[in-house]
Order: sequence, then C-alpha cells, then structure tokens
Amino acid sequence: MRAQVFRAQRHDFSLINSRALMFVIVACLLWLAGIASARAALDQSLLVQLGSDDPDVRVAAVRKIGASEDPRATVVLQAVASDALAVTNGRAVIVSDNNLVDAATGEAIGAAPSGLETVVVNNRLRGELDSALAGLKLSSPNRETRLAAAKELQGSDNDDLLPILQGALAKESDPGVKAILQLAAASIGLKSSDVEQRLRAAKALAASDDPQVRQILSTMLTKQKDGSYPEADERVRNAAQGSLDEINRRLRTVELGVSLFTGLSLGSVLLLAALGLAITYGLMGIINMAHGEFLMIGAYATYVVQDLFRSYFPHAFDWYVIAALPVAFAVTAVIGMALERGVLRWLYGRPLETLLTTWGISLLLIQASRTLFGAQNVEVENPSWLSGGIQLAGGLVLPYNRIVILGFALAVLAAVWIVINRTRLGLFVRGVTQNRSMASCTGVPTHRVDMLTFGLGSGVAGLGGVALSQIGNVGPDLGQNYIVDSFMVVVLGGVGQLAGTVIAALGLGSIAKFLEPFSGAVLAKIFVLVMIILFIQKRPQGLFALKGRSAEA
Amino acid sequence: MTRFFAPRTWLAILAVAAVLLVVLPVLHLAVPQGHPLHVSSFWITLIGKFMCYAVVALAMDLIWGYTGILSLGQGVFFALGGYAFGMYLMRQIGHDGVYQSDLPDFMVFLDWKAFPWYWAGTDSFVVALVKIVAVPGLLAFIFGFFAFRSRIKGVYFSIITQAMTFAAMLAFFRNDMGFGGNNGFTDFKRVLGIPITAPGTRTTIYILSGVYLLLALVMCRYIVTSKLGRVLTAIRDQESRLMFLGYRTLSYKLFVWTLAAVMSGIAGALYVPQVGIINPSEMSPANSIEIAIWAAVGGRGTLFGPILGAFAVNGAKSWFTVAFPQFWLYFLGLLFVLVTLFLPRGLMGLFEMLRRRPAVKEQAPEAVEPSVEPQVAAPAPLPATEPVHTQSPSIPPGIAMEGKT
Repeated sequence: MRAQVFRAQRHDFSLINSRALMFVIVACLLWLAGIASARAALDQSLLVQLGSDDPDVRVAAVRKIGASEDPRATVVLQAVASDALAVTNGRAVIVSDNNLVDAATGEAIGAAPSGLETVVVNNRLRGELDSALAGLKLSSPNRETRLAAAKELQGSDNDDLLPILQGALAKESDPGVKAILQLAAASIGLKSSDVEQRLRAAKALAASDDPQVRQILSTMLTKQKDGSYPEADERVRNAAQGSLDEINRRLRTVELGVSLFTGLSLGSVLLLAALGLAITYGLMGIINMAHGEFLMIGAYATYVVQDLFRSYFPHAFDWYVIAALPVAFAVTAVIGMALERGVLRWLYGRPLETLLTTWGISLLLIQASRTLFGAQNVEVENPSWLSGGIQLAGGLVLPYNRIVILGFALAVLAAVWIVINRTRLGLFVRGVTQNRSMASCTGVPTHRVDMLTFGLGSGVAGLGGVALSQIGNVGPDLGQNYIVDSFMVVVLGGVGQLAGTVIAALGLGSIAKFLEPFSGAVLAKIFVLVMIILFIQKRPQGLFALKGRSAEA
Repeated sequence: MTRFFAPRTWLAILAVAAVLLVVLPVLHLAVPQGHPLHVSSFWITLIGKFMCYAVVALAMDLIWGYTGILSLGQGVFFALGGYAFGMYLMRQIGHDGVYQSDLPDFMVFLDWKAFPWYWAGTDSFVVALVKIVAVPGLLAFIFGFFAFRSRIKGVYFSIITQAMTFAAMLAFFRNDMGFGGNNGFTDFKRVLGIPITAPGTRTTIYILSGVYLLLALVMCRYIVTSKLGRVLTAIRDQESRLMFLGYRTLSYKLFVWTLAAVMSGIAGALYVPQVGIINPSEMSPANSIEIAIWAAVGGRGTLFGPILGAFAVNGAKSWFTVAFPQFWLYFLGLLFVLVTLFLPRGLMGLFEMLRRRPAVKEQAPEAVEPSVEPQVAAPAPLPATEPVHTQSPSIPPGIAMEGKT
C-alpha cells in the first residue's frame, strides 16, 4: 500500500517536470481542438464506414477509431482484425459465437443471420489496424505491453495517433518506454503532412537520447541525388539541424565523462594488480614473477567461496564477494609467506635468480590450478548488486562492478597506506627497507618482518584477484595477463613509492583508454609499453625518484 | 691459439660434430627407410631444432652468464630472424598458395591488393640474409644503446626487455602488421627454388645449423678468452669498479648485447625452414624466459653448459609433452626453482663436483644466508682469470676433464 502511495507521489512529481508539462499542455490543446470529432465519432455513423467499399474510407475510419479514446475502440478494431465485424442494415455489428453485438454500445442484438459478410481486411488495412491497436495499448498498465506497442508505432505514419502518443508520453514514467515513445512520436511527426507538426517534432527530438534519432535527423538533412532534401521545408531542416547539434553536444559531454571513467576504471584495475607488487618489489626489492598468480589464486578463492555459498547459504548468495575478501587475502598471504620462508629468503641479494625462481613458481601455480580446477575458465557470477549499471544518454552505461572496483581500489590503497605509515609493522617495514642492519641492531626481527611484508603484498594481490574475478574471466592464465602491466606500473611509478604507483596506474589506464578510440586496444597497449620503455630511458628511477642512499640499492 | 681449447677438448668437439653432422645425415639419406639404422626425418628436424636453440642458449650465456645482463627478450630476436627469413620463404611460395595470387594467402585473405612497403625486396635471398642479421641487430643496438646509456641494469633491464617482448608479441599478433597475424608464416614450399621438404634440403639446413653452432661455439670461446671477455666478466662482477678504472662499459655491453641478438636472429632463420612455421607465440615472454633456464640448467659461465642445457631441457620437453603433457609445466617450474636454488652452476657445476668429490669434499659453492646487502653476489662466482675451467665436452660426460690452457 505504502509503496503505491510513494509511486503515486513520484508520478505527480514527474508531472511537474517542465517537459512533461509542456506535453500535457500540447496534448490538451490538441484534444480540445481536434479530438472532439474523433471522440464523438465512435458511433454508428463512423463504424459503418468500416464497411465501405472504398479502401481509403475504411482506412480513415480505422485511424479515427484508433485515435478515439473510447473504451470500445480496442474491441472494435480487434473484431475487424479477426474478421468478426460486419455492417448490416446500416449498423456495424460484431459477430461472436453466432450472436450479434452492437459494435458501438456492446449490447446484444440476437442471433447472427447466415451469410453475413464481414469487413474485408487487406494488407494495407491490417497495417493500419496494428498501429491503431498499438496506440490504444499505450495506455495499458503493463510495461511490456506498452513497450511493445511503442515499438510497433515507430514504423507508423498515422498522424492521427500523434495526440495519443503525446498523451501517453506525458503519462509515461518508465524511461525505456518513454524513450521509444518519444522516438515514435517524432518519427510520426516528421512524416506528417503538416509543416507545423513536422517542425514541432524536429524540435522535440533535441531532447531524445536515442542513438537512432541522430540517424533519422541526419537522413533528413542529407541531400539526395536529385539535389532535393528528404525534408522539403527549410524551417524544419533548420530545426532538425539544431536538434542534431544539441544531441551531439550532449553526447560528446557524456562520452567524455564515460571515457574518463573507463580510463580511471582500467587504472583502478591496474592499481589493484600492482599494489601488492609495489610492496613486494617496491619496498622489499623482491622480483616476484609469480605475482600474477597470486591474483589468480585470489580469483579462484572467490570462485570457491561462491560455490560454497551457492551450496550452503543460497539466501545470502549476494554477499559472497564480501566473504571472499578475507578468504582470498588469507590464502594468498599464507602462500606468499610460505614462499618467502621456503624459497625466496635463500635468494636475497640475487635478484636475477629470484626472477627465475619465481617464474618457475608461477608455472607451478598455473599448472596446479589447471589440475585442481581444470584448464577451462571457471564461472564467477556477479552478485545482483554488482550487475547492471547506471544508464546514460546515448545508450552508454556505467557498470556497477566497475564503480565498486574503483572504490575498492581506493579503499585497499588507503588500507595499505595506513599499514605502512601508521602501524608498528609498517614502521618496521620502512626501517628494514631503509637500513636492514641498523633495524636489526635496534631489535627489529628483520626475518619476521620480511615474511610479514611479503605476506601483506601477496594478500593485497589476493584482494586484487577478488576484484578481477568480477570483471573478467577467471582461468589459470589470468595472472599472466597482468604481470607485465603490474611491473610496468611499479617501475614507472618509481620503486618504493605508493603515490607513484597510484599515479602511474591511473595515468596508464587513462592514456590507454584515451588512445583506444584512435588506435584500437592492442595498438594502444603497445604504444603505452613503448612509451614506458622510452620514459624509463629518460628517468630510470621512475616518476618519483627516491632520493638519497636507498636509491642506489 | 694455444689458449683456445685443450687438444682433448678439440678432439671431443670434433667427435661429437662428426657424429651429428656426418654420421646422422648419412644414415638419414643413404640408409633406406625401414632399415634399423635409418635416422628418420623426425630426428633430423628435432636435432636441427635443438642445435638452433643451443646457439640461442650460447648467446644467452654470453650476455647473462658472462656479462651479467639477464635478457628476457632473446626470443624476440630469435623470432625476428625467423620472420626475416620467413618473408623470403613466403615469397618463394609464388603462385602455389591456396589463392594462387602474387600475394601470400594471408594478404589475399585480408583483401590487400599489393605488398606493403616493408615487403620490398623480400623475394631476394641476399636481402633476406642481410635482414636476418640487420633487423635483430638494429633493434638490439637501438634498444641497448638507450638502455645502457641510461645505466639501466640488473632486474630493471630484465623487466624492460620483457616489456619489449610483450609489446613485440602483441604487435605481431595484429593482422594489420602484415606478418600473418595469429598464424604467422607457414606452408613454405621452396627455398632458393628447391623444394623445402625434400630430404636433401632438410639435411642441408640441418648441417648448416650444426656448422653454425660449431662456429658460434668457437666464436664465443674466442670472445670469452680474449681481453674483451675479461672485461665482460668484470662488468658482471663489479661494473662500477670497472667504470672507475676508466672503462666505457657502455660499448662493451652494447657490443655483446647486439652480438647475442644477431646470433639469436640467425638461429631463428635456420630454425624456421626446419619447423616450417613462425608465429607470434615464439615471441611470448614465457619463451624468452625459458631460454634463460636452458643456460642456467647447463651452467652459466661455461660454454658447453648452455649447449648441454638447451639439448637437455628441450629433449625433456619433447618427451614430456608426448608422454605426460600435463606434467611438463610442473617439471619446468621445478627446474627453475631447483636449479637456481641448488645448482647455481648447472649441470657443468654438478659434473665438476662429482669429479672432485673423491679428492676434496667441497661444500656447496653458494652462500645460503640471506645477504644483508642486496645486489652484491655474482650469479656464479667463477674465477675471472679462468673463465672456463671445466672444459669437458657436452656429450658424453665422462671424457677429458683436465682443463689446462
């Protein structure tokens, strides 16, 4: 009950919207001016015209009936469409189950006489019937019905329907249906023989966000072979041009915003992938080529948690991603710490060997994931609150999962920053990074710190894996796609610099997305890589160079 | 020349070369099929392939084992050489392609009407030979010049070579590049007008690969025993000290880096006609890292080691991928881990240890404590004055061990 009240209120509120108000006024004026005849027309004098021998008269009658708002109109037209309407003795009747019903009033007249000729429906008339019926369906309470009807009407050129369409537009609250209705009204209006009508339609189209509108408008404005325009009147053409310009202007703004967003979104993905590496490589100097595989493990952990939720807590399925976060962090952190204690600590000070060993470990992890989960990609489903997105003009969408990941990346970044700069562990980490022996002298358990730092970096990679599982394929090769990118981000940002990592990630993401429309995704990526290689020649220490002694390490 | 190889080493090298380059080809060509002594074309192709790999491993050893520069882009130079020769082989197909056009099939498929400008001259064998050397060489020279000038070294250098590899692979995967995209070049018919799959052609290319390996080995031996070689090892062990002494390490590094690229490029050019295909997956970063493990398994800082390593690892790969395909990556991964942890001097180091064990029981050569100061320890602490002191030939391992020079 309450929900209905709210909806009603919102509905009222939308009426106050000036554009809607304008439509209402227009509709009312039209209704006052012209509809009176149509309304009065659903009586026998109009209905008998359906039985006329002249097809033009029949078509005109169907149009008028369609435009009337009489509740009988649908019944009558459906009767015509199903060959059940007959005109006998100067009276239109509907045959149902061998009984006759008066078409105008619906009262029973008696048994149907044999040999009654029903109104002949040819293809032309059927088309008219369909659009007239569609117009009537626009007032249906069912959204799907209205949507279908609105689509049906797009192809019609019956300008009697225009007032109905505009009335429906004023009442329509669903944005999807509304967009199609606008389009239908405008395309009918543009085909109207009345110049004023066309002018109004051309102007009204400026408000539309449908991509088809641009096409319709530009078709009107394109010179044909014989030098004439599809639209004869110059004022209408000017109006159409104005509308087209306004639509383009609006679309450009939206597109700019969207490409900025996709750039930031790619940047946030890169940031999540690289943040762990900024710790293990940037702070500790360990070249971990298996870093990508930690992302993969995080993604597979998400997959496992998802399956557990599906089996045991199906009602809480939407929240499995939240539960996957600590799991992924714990799993990757433990594997990372085991790796550090078991293998990497024997290789400190030999970075090239570390590189090869960790590459070997990445191969082992990839093959292990193939053995455990199969070589195929596994399916990780977005929870409902991560699917869908914000609809924008021109059919552009901002997906929720991208928005959430952008926020998530910033949250992880904040958490890492706090750990490094505001906790005891972070203090130790910085101490060991700056001067290991001095830190050791003051009682810092350097080996423990090494282990924990590497665990932290791996765990952050695991968190990145959870995020990646929500936007891409989860398979054994997931990590391989990110390893080069992650290293590029860290190297470009400057080793040991969180701020550099952030700026490099967001910058690289934006540049790649900015180049994409001109060059395509692959070429953009190549270009970015080449740019980084060139940039490193100029500034080998990255964007933010460490100053002082540690820069030499 | 006395320093070159010990006489017994020479003997062993020539013996192995005779078996590989004379006996096997004769058994392949002269002995009829079905005879127990017949060497099938499978083996000729396989060993020919391995010999090309061995040269790449040698090149890797020269820059990594001796100079301390770990390149993760050696596969690119290998593939570039292959592509340079592959373009010539594509032109040799002539009108025998599926579409019987002047253009290679993939260009017809892309609806191209003419050769792009960089295909000019590809129908000439001489131009192809020049390109095999020039393309990888130039790329390496330019890349190396800028990288070394900016004093990019160590892991940093490895990572940007990997970025280069990745970028090159992505580029060659593009159809618009005009190198056949995904599928690369394949379906070769002729080389110098002679059918490429004929046993005679195959054997000739095989022998050429072997001779090339032999030449590469001798050249590398010449380099590492010369003064240049000493400087290279010094760069590996203490570059900054060498610079203080007044050496311009840039030119040394650039020379050996470019040389290694050219060596790999020529190996790639010999490789392509034997396997009959070149495609961008040869450029994948994984392939380039695998080259490093060939050298590491055999033993860095020795010359026979990388050759041995290339044969051993690729032999294992051929066997595993047929017998237990799902275990190959486990094996390779373990190889990476175990060799770097426990066999820092590779198989050659292992042989030497086994040989010396009866006399003096040696501790494992590597310090296992985490070093406090990063980036100090050299990968394989070999005496710089005597770069190769185990001069055993690769196969068989039992022969001549005395390394007097």
